[in-house]
Amino acid sequence: MNRQDKSLLSVRDLQTRFHTLDGIVNAVDGIDFDVYPGETLGLVGESGCGKSVTAFSILQLLRCPPAEIQGTVLFEGKNLLDLDKEAIREIRGSGISMIFQEPMTSLNPVLRIGEQIAEAIRTHKKIGRLESWRLAVEMLKTVQISSPGERSRQYPHKYSGGMRQRAMIAMALSCSPKLILADEPTTALDVTIQAQIMNLMQGLKKETNTAIVLITHDLGVIAEMASRVLVMYAGKIVEEAPIKKLFKDPRHPYTRGLLNSIPVIGRKAETGRRLQEIPGMVPSPLNMPQGCRFYPRCDKALDVCSSKEPPMQWLGENRRVSCWLETEGEQKKFTDKNKMSG
Amino acid sequence: MTDIKNEKDSMPGNRVSDSRFKRSWVKLKRNKAALIGGLLILMYVMIAILAPLIYRGNPSAPNLMKSLETPSIEYFLGTDELGRSIMGRIIYGSRISLLIAVGVVFVGFIIGIPLGLISGYYGGKIDFIIQRITDTLLAFPGFLLALALVAILGVGIKNTVISIGISMVPIYIRLVRGCVLSVREEVYVEAAKAVGTRDTMILIRHILPNVMVPITVQTTLGMGTAILFAAGLGFLGIGVQPPTPEWGAMLGSARSYIFHSPHVATFPGIAIFFSVLSFNLFGDGLRDALDPRFKL
Amino acid sequence: MLFFMLRMLPGDPAQVLAGQMATPQEIQNIRSQLGLDKPIYQQYAIYMGNLMRLDLGRSARTQNPVFEEIWARLPNTMLLAVVAIGLACLFGIPAGIISAVRPYSWIDYTVTIIALFGISMPVFWLGLMLVVVFSVVLKWLPAGGTGGWQYVILPSITLASFVVAFIARMTRATMLETLSQDFTTTARSKGLTEKIVVIKHALRNALIPIITVVGLQFGMLLGGAVLTETVFAWPGIGRLIVDSILARDYAMIQGVILIFGLLYILVNLSVDIIYAFIDPRIRYD
Repeated sequence: MNRQDKSLLSVRDLQTRFHTLDGIVNAVDGIDFDVYPGETLGLVGESGCGKSVTAFSILQLLRCPPAEIQGTVLFEGKNLLDLDKEAIREIRGSGISMIFQEPMTSLNPVLRIGEQIAEAIRTHKKIGRLESWRLAVEMLKTVQISSPGERSRQYPHKYSGGMRQRAMIAMALSCSPKLILADEPTTALDVTIQAQIMNLMQGLKKETNTAIVLITHDLGVIAEMASRVLVMYAGKIVEEAPIKKLFKDPRHPYTRGLLNSIPVIGRKAETGRRLQEIPGMVPSPLNMPQGCRFYPRCDKALDVCSSKEPPMQWLGENRRVSCWLETEGEQKKFTDKNKMSG
Repeated sequence: MTDIKNEKDSMPGNRVSDSRFKRSWVKLKRNKAALIGGLLILMYVMIAILAPLIYRGNPSAPNLMKSLETPSIEYFLGTDELGRSIMGRIIYGSRISLLIAVGVVFVGFIIGIPLGLISGYYGGKIDFIIQRITDTLLAFPGFLLALALVAILGVGIKNTVISIGISMVPIYIRLVRGCVLSVREEVYVEAAKAVGTRDTMILIRHILPNVMVPITVQTTLGMGTAILFAAGLGFLGIGVQPPTPEWGAMLGSARSYIFHSPHVATFPGIAIFFSVLSFNLFGDGLRDALDPRFKL
Repeated sequence: MLFFMLRMLPGDPAQVLAGQMATPQEIQNIRSQLGLDKPIYQQYAIYMGNLMRLDLGRSARTQNPVFEEIWARLPNTMLLAVVAIGLACLFGIPAGIISAVRPYSWIDYTVTIIALFGISMPVFWLGLMLVVVFSVVLKWLPAGGTGGWQYVILPSITLASFVVAFIARMTRATMLETLSQDFTTTARSKGLTEKIVVIKHALRNALIPIITVVGLQFGMLLGGAVLTETVFAWPGIGRLIVDSILARDYAMIQGVILIFGLLYILVNLSVDIIYAFIDPRIRYD
């Protein structure tokens, strides 16, 4: 695809497997996507759908074995999965960095915050300790931590959850990466702090023009920050759309289900129930159903869905779905069926 | 390809605790070291039980004519200073050591488990008292405690068992109490209480099974420790008394002859070593297999 | 806590010891020696009073003041203990680290097996074997007694053996756990070298519990010292207590047990203090 020419990160057929005592778990089962410079790409899905694993696979932060990663991850012309240890180390933190979900445990409790930022800087730039600390304090100022000089000399346990996440953002931005992988950055925070952090990230992004892959299960966060969204289910991408189109016109039954399950005031009057859920549960990765993975829970399922996996259909630029309903022939059959019964 | 991040299974839980036992069993079998340990233990127990069949004759009967002979066809492992077959004494010694180990664990069980259960379950003043005592006992390192107890009680096999047993009791109490404390808050315990089950029943039927897991591991390792301690006391001359063939005591009396006949000291030590090793191997394997965190 | 221990000490041994073993005449002697004919409160008061003046009574065996005897031997034992712990940490901690960094590799297996052997080995037997090899066969090192530094080698190696194994295992376990924690992943994601991640991030955290364990090990060392000193005829308090038990020298036994207890408490206290220094979480609050 010529998309690749313009893209910053290009993932093709990424597969990540885990070899466990109970069998092989295909956490990520062949996904393709691109990330363009300066954009915020949302990656949405339920817990366990493989979105976090995707991020870890890109930076190769998984222990291999028991993990096994295959595919192509092109970044600045090189396949990251082919790089040796040294090379990937250089990319980490300076080309691509990562923010993690749990600010409580993701910072080293026995090192000062300033040091944790400074060491990242020193790893990628040839500067001395003093200089790196100065830059670290600068970074803390950028993420709006008050009294950055004093704070930089403190240990993580003195920071609140929101502050720790800011510190993590500071760490991630310290070497001016082109891409940040943000794994559920706000999930562990209080709602008010969430809003603060999101605002902060928006602001910083504007300044630095860093691309962000925002991984979350929270559609609200996506709505705020992302320009384009990928929906993942059970290790595969099922839909991709620009943000507005996704919310206005979701094509995949799963996406529709997700959007419907957001509590809305007044829904009870409309549909008779306050909450809409998607029936059933995510299939066990050891026991994936044949055919479309969403089939057991889909209310619009067709016969073919149970036996064959639907192909990915491109519906326009940055718009695709993986669903039999979208394949024209099936669509017609479906509407025909309706005509007959209706 | 570097490092760790575990994939957390957020699948519907179709892993019930029954299969937890199966999983543990599978894990255990995979662990070669544990298997070797288990095998050795079996060998050890067999030897101990079948001792009279393997070695005929009185292992304690002196035969001064043949004193301090090096290993030969007739005496596989040589003889000690009183002319007794070392091999025979080692074989019979296995009984003594096993007996002591079992006795020690027994003492630990009888005293430690109930105290731990009570302390953990009822809390309050009883807990406080028991904990203070436990702390005091634990303030002494194990062997020294046993040593001190022997100082008070005197020597001999019975006192050895009691002393070492008591020195292990605090460990059991702590272990059991910890387990009880965590299980006590579980919903099914509350449910049982709500239905009106008597406390003793609750303790036995609900709490005890959960406690058994760490207890089993501790017991296995404890038997190894017991053998070591007993040998230590024997070596110092304040454990099992001669002429009973206890490995530690054998080493103790061998000391004087070490320059002349080192073999007298070598073999009993090897026996101690292997028996303790087997318990440690198996106990470790058991611990790894039963530890829920240990996924491959 | 200290008081509890002290309370137990004079109470139990005094009564029971006197009662168990000796002939009536001896019992009577012991009674008067220990002042047991006086009521318990008085005994205790006297004991505490003496304690304040550092008077632990007289050894029935050597007729010297208990305190003197102990004081003379204590440094010897301490020497062994310190050297042993030093050796143990020197070898044990790096071994544990390497094991944890490359789990299930042949290095790991080797270390694990050696460690396993170490804790299964009876200390005194190892001592004897070392004597056999080094003193009898090779005639390199002396078999016992004090003197120059050569005399220290074998006993301290023997004493260290159990502790090394334990420390190695502990280090491995703690390191493994630390290495799987979130902040290690964060550190790696910043592009830090593996070496830095292991030493600066993981080890620093792991050291905290490790040091606690090392402190506890001191206690095991004391126990092992008893045996080791016997093997090597080392004039320390370990041997002292054994001889005292055999000779039923009650005053001495009491005294030594007291000292042991005190030492142990002291070490634990120091560990607590060190702990407070190292762990920044405790420092300020």
